[in-house]
Amino acid sequence: MDWLTPLIFAPLVGAIILAFVPSKQTETIKGVALIIAIITFILSLFVYAQFDKLGAGMQLTVNVPWITSLGIHYHLGIDGISLLLIVLTTVLTILAILSSWRSITEGVKGFFVSMLILTSGMIGVFCALDLFLFYIFWEVMLIPMYFLIGIWGGPRRVYAAIKFVLFTMFGSLLMLVAILYLYFQYHSFAGVYTFDMLKLMQMPIAINPQHWLFVAFALAFAIKVPLWPFHTWLPDAHVQAPTAGSVILAGVLLKMGTYGFIRIAMPMFPDATATFVPYIAILSVIAIIYGALVSMVQKDIKSLVAFSSVSHMGFVMLGLFALNQEAVQGAVIQMINHGISTGALFLLVGMIYERRHTRLIAEFGGLGKVMPVFSAFFMIVMLSSIGLPFTNGFVGEFLILLGAFKANVWYGVFAATGVILAACYMLWMYQRVVFGKVTNPENEKLTDINWRERIILIPLVVLIFFIGIYPTPLFERTEPAVRQVIAHIEQTRQAKQDLERIDERTLALREGAGLSQKVTEKGVTR
Amino acid sequence: MSEYLFWIPLLPLLGFLINGLLLGKLPRPVVSAVACVSVGLSFVLSLLLFFELRSLPPAAREIEQVLFTWIAAGSFHVDIAFLLDPLSAVMILVVTGVGFLIHVYSTGYMHHDKDFGRYFAYLNLFTFSMLTLVLANNFLLMFVGWEGVGLCSYLLIGFWFHKKSASDAGKKAFIVNRIGDFGFLLGMFIIFWQVGSLEFKTVMEQAPAMFVAGGGLITAACLLLFVGATGKSAQIPLYVWLPDAMEGPTPVSALIHAATMVTAGVYMIARSSVLYMMAPDALMVVAIIGAATAFFAATIGLAQNDIKRVLAYSTVSQLGYMFLACGVAAFGAGIFHLMTHAFFKALLFLAAGSVIHAMSEKQDMREMGGLKKYLPITYMTMLIATLAIAGIPGLSGFFSKDEILWKAFSSQHGHWLLWLVGFITAGLTAFYMFRLIYMTFHGKERMDEHTRSHIHESPRSMTVPLMALAVLSVIGGYIGMPHIFGVTNYFEEWLAPVVHGPGHQAASHALAAAGADTSMEWALMAASVILVIIAIFVARHFYNKKPEAATAMAEKMSGMKTLLANKYYVDEFYGATVVRPIVNGSLFLWKFVDVVIIDGTINGLAVISRDISEVLRYVQGGKVRNYATVFVAGVIVLVAYFIFG
Repeated sequence: MDWLTPLIFAPLVGAIILAFVPSKQTETIKGVALIIAIITFILSLFVYAQFDKLGAGMQLTVNVPWITSLGIHYHLGIDGISLLLIVLTTVLTILAILSSWRSITEGVKGFFVSMLILTSGMIGVFCALDLFLFYIFWEVMLIPMYFLIGIWGGPRRVYAAIKFVLFTMFGSLLMLVAILYLYFQYHSFAGVYTFDMLKLMQMPIAINPQHWLFVAFALAFAIKVPLWPFHTWLPDAHVQAPTAGSVILAGVLLKMGTYGFIRIAMPMFPDATATFVPYIAILSVIAIIYGALVSMVQKDIKSLVAFSSVSHMGFVMLGLFALNQEAVQGAVIQMINHGISTGALFLLVGMIYERRHTRLIAEFGGLGKVMPVFSAFFMIVMLSSIGLPFTNGFVGEFLILLGAFKANVWYGVFAATGVILAACYMLWMYQRVVFGKVTNPENEKLTDINWRERIILIPLVVLIFFIGIYPTPLFERTEPAVRQVIAHIEQTRQAKQDLERIDERTLALREGAGLSQKVTEKGVTR
Repeated sequence: MSEYLFWIPLLPLLGFLINGLLLGKLPRPVVSAVACVSVGLSFVLSLLLFFELRSLPPAAREIEQVLFTWIAAGSFHVDIAFLLDPLSAVMILVVTGVGFLIHVYSTGYMHHDKDFGRYFAYLNLFTFSMLTLVLANNFLLMFVGWEGVGLCSYLLIGFWFHKKSASDAGKKAFIVNRIGDFGFLLGMFIIFWQVGSLEFKTVMEQAPAMFVAGGGLITAACLLLFVGATGKSAQIPLYVWLPDAMEGPTPVSALIHAATMVTAGVYMIARSSVLYMMAPDALMVVAIIGAATAFFAATIGLAQNDIKRVLAYSTVSQLGYMFLACGVAAFGAGIFHLMTHAFFKALLFLAAGSVIHAMSEKQDMREMGGLKKYLPITYMTMLIATLAIAGIPGLSGFFSKDEILWKAFSSQHGHWLLWLVGFITAGLTAFYMFRLIYMTFHGKERMDEHTRSHIHESPRSMTVPLMALAVLSVIGGYIGMPHIFGVTNYFEEWLAPVVHGPGHQAASHALAAAGADTSMEWALMAASVILVIIAIFVARHFYNKKPEAATAMAEKMSGMKTLLANKYYVDEFYGATVVRPIVNGSLFLWKFVDVVIIDGTINGLAVISRDISEVLRYVQGGKVRNYATVFVAGVIVLVAYFIFG
């Protein structure tokens, strides 16, 4: 049975239903949107249950011809990596919708319609196994997010939205060109046209075009991650986006970049991956340290969290490009962890923003006294973000650093300084917001978080500890997928090297033969 | 019985969960009952398991309990598993025993605090973390406890978070500890990639085969682990957080910053003794840092006027002794001093807390004096602890400190210079401790009238733990008497399977050989006792008999005094060389690299493209068909370039 299609399209169908609800019935709109999100979540749980944790390769696959003349297939399938990202997406969507309950007062319908379309796009990206389909979902996500930032954002929302779109579009276009190149190349290789990722992966590509293709894909994905120095759109987008937008942006959209690397760029271009390891690893280490340092001096909590994302996603990238089982599995878990922790941080910031309509750190202070429950949640999430053991953040960061250390001692050493810096910027911010006396009279009357807000935070806190203490269910499900990616890269490179060795030998033989021939020729002429 | 091992850490965790989740909903007596009973039960269980362990033959003294797999990825595998052996048995008895007394004391000390529940929740969380640290069967789970106690320390130092100084101190403690943890992490990486496991038993068994003794890798691993220890156990250069940590409630200082958490580094090194024995260079560094810290902190302690600060520097100094012991490969002596120090230093802090309680929260010794008659129990117990830390024969501190000094002198890893530094420090210790006693309890009453009228001896809940600890401070040393007294050193024998394992035979033989001639040992012991007694009389002269002489002396050496009172300006030095450059550098990265360079480049591209499009504007006819044609053509050209180019 096809489980993935209903999962992908449930939110889209919901969005269409919402379009028929009169705009004024805001409560109905919210209710419907929430129900749709919950249905999607339940569907994702079915998918989780159907998933065979021991099975290697793609599961729950659907593969039907779509546009036969162009060789485009409606090809879906998931492995452990996509599975976890899908569940993360459906969970965060519910929480993002709940968090918008009071804060979105204008254009309610458009907002929730955008949210639901966005959800379909995100799940689609994680399920697509046809590059054409992948590209469509990739672009579909862009539009609702553009609206979310551009319409429901802060004062500089238009600037931020355009910056976000321009950066992403730039990457997407490069990716499109690369996809088309692959498409035609495959035709000359196998005689048929296809966008099928699994087939394209089997095609040998000469080293030079491989480099260019890798760069094209890598740029598209690196902008999304965002990897230093392509990160400058992120703080603007986050600061201007509404809470729900930030949650989805940080929680899921950034993962599209790292997901793209592990799903497409790395297995499809294994030689180029190997070539670019040092460059990407160094950029990742720069991102880790740079993001943390710049975080430290931010005045706005949201931009602090945004720069911290640059640092954390640097960890994920470093893990992926350490190319060993420990680090890559750590990186995959860390993708989930970052979604949980940073999602929770943005939700928390949104809660105090709703009350005070400011996010400047200096405006707060002493919240521990007036909002103790909020402060306790904030503390737990902060600890998860700085990777305290027994929270989710530690498990991922530790494995990444362990693996990076093996790949290259200095990557491990420099990246590990990020652990110190994370404590600096987070604790300093927490101190200025929560500790101290209430000095600003506006903070005196703040009310602690209500039940709706607690219900939003509790699942994330449960996940923080669950993954921190018992990550086995996650590791079990990602293990085969990661092993396969690494094995594929190794095998292809191995085969290639063998081929090259054979080539060299034949070349040498030929040269040798040529030489002797010349000799004989010379002899003959003599 | 052994299947109950995991309840030892779990009980305090349950206490934390009950008090933490029902915060503000439980009445105070219930809160304190939950907190004290959970730790008390843990102590009883520890005792039972200790006796079970003792009933086993020495070589088989090991109880291990594996709960479940924690992290397994690739070749990496780590369990949540606990290991009770002679070393961890000593530690859990100290942690739960002293911890229980401090919990009871806290019910009295914190009685008036409105955040009673939060306090006890944190205290239980701390006990859980500390027990996890010492019971872990692998480095990574130990690291969980290691960071966990750091977190609790952060939370409890900043317990009164409305005070800026308190939250600053908490943050400082956490960050400085993180710097140490950075070293710990890297040390673990080396061990894992070399041995393929982080489990203590496997590592200690495999290490001799996997590392080259004395080689660069093992030395690096040991030194990196030691960086972790300098953070947690407040040694040079990372000791700076501990004096500031005195911002926390006094029972916290007693539990975390004297008796248990700060000794974690010593425990970790004793636990890894096999590794350190393979890295003599690392051992030497440990010994030198230990001795230097012991001396350095003691000199600062001479000039402090805050009663808790004196004790804080004293703790740093005593921890230095423990590292000195480890550094000369006398791990047993280090752990022995760890235990006796836990008794007398916890007592000193709790007694100081009793004084502060009586003095209406004043901590400056210059405003005290003559408290002896108001606080008889506090005075007696504190005096006993002071005699113990000074090393007066017959009390616990004498035995443990003497053993360290002797090992520093006689061990093949020792040196007479190390002994000399330890010896002088013993004199300084006796001096600053008696200075504290005389300034606080003797002489003129210097407090104001209002404070004097409120002075009272502390309630039972506080004095009973004081008396219990006083008893331990007296008798605690008799289990580890030196061989020259013609008795068995039970403590050394008990720890032998762990810290004198197969890898240590050579060292212990050398020690035995060096100990053959006892006259030197007697002479050194006598010398240090004499020095201590002289130091006490000097303190008595300056701070009891002739206080004016002390003032005159201070004026004469005002430069020295300022230097010491300002703690050698180390904090200021770190601020100028580390903190400020980082903050300024970060501002530069943000304001210049991010905004000017990166965004500037992109905006520049945008401007260029706008100018170009100004020209190309005329191309725009507004017809979608034309756009589509151009777009498709462009894509085709690109693709064609890639295919045929």
